[in-house]
Amino acid sequence: MLVIENILLALSSLLANKMRALLTMLGIIIGIGSVIAIMSVGNSISNSVTSSMEGMGSNNITVGLQQKSTTEEVSANGRVFEGFNRGSQMKDEDYLTDEMIDALFVDFDGEVSAVFLEENIGSGTAVQSGNEASVTLTGMNQSYLQNQELEILYGRSLTERDQEEAKRVVLVADDLVEELFAGDNAAAYGSEIAVYTGSRYYYYTIVGIYDFDEDAASYSGISSSTVTTPIYMPFQTARDQNHNTKGYTQFTVQAASGMDAEALSDNLENWFNVNYYRNNDSFEVNTFSMSTIISSMSDMLSTISVAISVIAGISLLVGGIGVMNIMLVSITERTREIGTRKALGATNGSIRFQFIMESIVICLLGGVIGIVLGLVLSVAATSMLGFEASPSIPGIIFAVTFSIVIGVFFGYYPANKAAKMDPIEALRYE
Amino acid sequence: MEEHIMIDLHGIIKRFYVGKPNELEILHGIDLQVKKGEFVSIVGASGSGKSTLMNIIGVLDRPTQGSYMLDGMDVAKARDNELSNIRNKKIGFVFQTYNLISRTSALKNVELHMLYGKIERKRRRERACELLEMVGMKERMSHKPDELSGGQKQRVAIARAMANDPSIILADEPTGALDSATGRLIMDLFHKLNKEQGKTIVLITHSNELAEETQRIITLKDGMITGEREGLVECW
Repeated sequence: MLVIENILLALSSLLANKMRALLTMLGIIIGIGSVIAIMSVGNSISNSVTSSMEGMGSNNITVGLQQKSTTEEVSANGRVFEGFNRGSQMKDEDYLTDEMIDALFVDFDGEVSAVFLEENIGSGTAVQSGNEASVTLTGMNQSYLQNQELEILYGRSLTERDQEEAKRVVLVADDLVEELFAGDNAAAYGSEIAVYTGSRYYYYTIVGIYDFDEDAASYSGISSSTVTTPIYMPFQTARDQNHNTKGYTQFTVQAASGMDAEALSDNLENWFNVNYYRNNDSFEVNTFSMSTIISSMSDMLSTISVAISVIAGISLLVGGIGVMNIMLVSITERTREIGTRKALGATNGSIRFQFIMESIVICLLGGVIGIVLGLVLSVAATSMLGFEASPSIPGIIFAVTFSIVIGVFFGYYPANKAAKMDPIEALRYE
Repeated sequence: MEEHIMIDLHGIIKRFYVGKPNELEILHGIDLQVKKGEFVSIVGASGSGKSTLMNIIGVLDRPTQGSYMLDGMDVAKARDNELSNIRNKKIGFVFQTYNLISRTSALKNVELHMLYGKIERKRRRERACELLEMVGMKERMSHKPDELSGGQKQRVAIARAMANDPSIILADEPTGALDSATGRLIMDLFHKLNKEQGKTIVLITHSNELAEETQRIITLKDGMITGEREGLVECW
């Protein structure tokens, strides 16, 4: 009963001094507003980065070679400076091999669903009857190609046989057909295409036309005016063109669905290093999964958010001191009122409660205005940055709780001062 | 039937700054009994100690020595919260400066007294309306004190004093800030409460004219009761 009465009482005294109440709340409004804005913006950046990274394959694990660090070299051999002199030249036996991949499928049966191999030739220019289009040339093994989930619009995809026989057949984008064949898929299909790369021309036969996802392309930073489309070919074809007869420096392992990619990543690293690189002085295998990157990324983002929020919290502290100041003024102004209330039977406790409630109402009102302001700011900021706005619910709960805490903390001293007033002195106060 | 003593003061001494070099004794042993239903006035010049006596009767302050039985209850040694409760239930204050809370309506001001008595909202509202009607303020009950004249404010204050049906009404110079015609109306209201509802009223005043209207006049001088007589004017 007294809670509601006191809230109404507090509101009426705030309304009696609107300007003063607003100025008092300003510190709280700015503090809460910036905390909410920062947390919400951080939240939406983290969400959209995470979702786009997940789109790249959160259960993919990259297995790569890296040079053993010099510090390890020093501690292992006890010979200082040795590591500095050794070059990064790779010997044939350092590479990852097909045998390792075969063994991997045996030892991690059920845990690994596929291994993705990729050979990049680089960028080039496709030429056809006077028209030109910029392209990238990539060789992929069959599982990697299937993982791309290309939508074939015309013709066929690459086959196991294309892969085994390292045929010079390619898949091209519909955009490329638009540029070079005026959109005529039938004309493009089966025709030979010339691509100028590495200071000479290479010729391939088009066997399929796939639907090129321009959204994905624009995400990777390619401006739409000069679309560069990928040309896909069998893995071995690309290796042959690169004259690459060695093993691999890097490939991607896809974890079977339901597997913990982070754990599998650690197991794989261990497996490679124990079985194949234990006695290798120069190189070792390093693995990382996309989910590791995602989690460390969102950890970092939330750390930054919290750090900035702490700074914004200082504004809340200043705001709280402002509330305390105004409460002290208010109590002095209302000394007679306090005396009257005591004469009417208000206990010290009920006077204290009244003023703490008033302080809470100021802070809470400021907090709510701050939340609204923060949300408006964060929606504006995220739409400017091109992310989807996602208000931070824990941030809002935190803001409301913190407002109440500030109200109680900075309201207690003035309220206690009011409660301890001598009723006779208070009634006599002019 | 034995007459019921409402206020029973024995050997009340009040000292300020006790134990300090500037210790000051304001009341030097007051003995005073007020019966239920009596209308008593306490008169005295400034500095006679009548405010201090009023504070003790109104349990805003405790006596340094002596005993005080209010409506059969020993209140001289009560703790702060008990005193708050006694003020709420047993005493209705009427001040010279009205002391209404300016931000809220007349109605809310009357309700305030009951709020501290933890009376439920609906009952509070009904009772406040009744009381404002009794003092002739029903039409203006939603007005704030700033929108009321002095006499109207004092009538609201009297309604507020009556809210918890107190044992005594303690009026400290209730007409001091009013012109004589309005002051007359307020005094009539006190007489009405005394006659019709049998309220015990203690009027503190420096006006002999007003004091003559009451049943008994107690004269205070230099912290002691120096005279006690019946009022001369039969008002009703």
